[in-house]
Amino acid sequence: MAELDTSGGGKHKGGKIRSKKASTRIDLTAMVDLAFLLITFFIMTTTLAKPKAMDMFMPDKTKKDVQLPVPETRTMTLWLGANDKIEWYIGAPGKSRPTIDNFGKDGIRKTLVEQNKKIEETHQGPDNYMIVLVKPSDKSTYKDFVNIIDEINIAGIKSYGVVDITAPEVAQLKKDGNY
Amino acid sequence: MARIKVPRKSTAMDMTAMCDVAFLLLTFFILTAKLRQEDPLHVDVPASTTVIPVPDDNVATLSVGKGKIFFGIEGTDIREALLDEMGKKYNIAFTPTEKKRFAVIPTFGVPIAQLQQYIALDEEKRKTYPQPGIPVDTTENNELTNWIYEARIVTRNLKNQELRFAIKGDAREEYPAYKKVVDVLQKQAINKFSLITSLKTQ
Repeated sequence: MAELDTSGGGKHKGGKIRSKKASTRIDLTAMVDLAFLLITFFIMTTTLAKPKAMDMFMPDKTKKDVQLPVPETRTMTLWLGANDKIEWYIGAPGKSRPTIDNFGKDGIRKTLVEQNKKIEETHQGPDNYMIVLVKPSDKSTYKDFVNIIDEINIAGIKSYGVVDITAPEVAQLKKDGNY
Repeated sequence: MARIKVPRKSTAMDMTAMCDVAFLLLTFFILTAKLRQEDPLHVDVPASTTVIPVPDDNVATLSVGKGKIFFGIEGTDIREALLDEMGKKYNIAFTPTEKKRFAVIPTFGVPIAQLQQYIALDEEKRKTYPQPGIPVDTTENNELTNWIYEARIVTRNLKNQELRFAIKGDAREEYPAYKKVVDVLQKQAINKFSLITSLKTQ
């Protein structure tokens, strides 16, 4: 879109030689191009690079007397094993075989939503929500841990906690080949 | 035959207004942009669906990766005061020059015994210096605990606010490394902290 010089300089038919009046208009196209390029660059580097913060709340370790008794039928225990595998069960430990699950839309997210619904249907009273206990093993990665907390948040689980894994649970994970 | 002549218009537009707007926006973005500081410890953060951004000020970042822990805190005045307090605790006399130099280091991972040596390096050499991470063990009085403790006191004295903590963990790091940091925080009754993640679409 270059501007054509239409002033017609250099065609003076004799007579007085007039000094050519230069146009005050400058072609700004290139300048605008450059400005927008820089804007794009700054937008990309500022807003997209902003890290996000996931808030974590841990129970207060110094207060021992505030533990509430919770019915076992409402608790779901999740073990995080190696290679992004999860094992879960509902109720008291050792009564039922844990189910092996994985991450993703059809994996643990579906399970969490389904089990939460089931527990809310079978229990009465205002406190009928599911409680999830996350037990990450030493072989699980930090990514697994963040993912499971994220899935719990997505599924809208009202109450969850992070607990240390015990030796018999590790043994079970080992037996299933997830440790 | 008579033809209707379409008057040929010039394709040149007046760019002045557009140029003004473009540069106005450009100035705005340059002024609001915060230069991204290069992390000495490369951390590949996991993704989550959280959309809350990390607070800009009054936050200490604990980076965990490759089995090392790095400590970073915002604010040059806080860093300066923090080094002063840590020097008192470990009986190391930091000179005013060292304090000024330390104030511009956003994140570091050296034991306090090596800190003077690290501060003395110029910026280019600091990047290649092998930082072993801040020592942390199970005892009550390890270095990370003291850094966190003093940072909280300094923040409260200078800004009259509680210091917030953010953990920046590597996705491939095994869980015990993260647990170690959380244990240190929980020993000081810090039960609320943030995990830094990148954004993921559901």
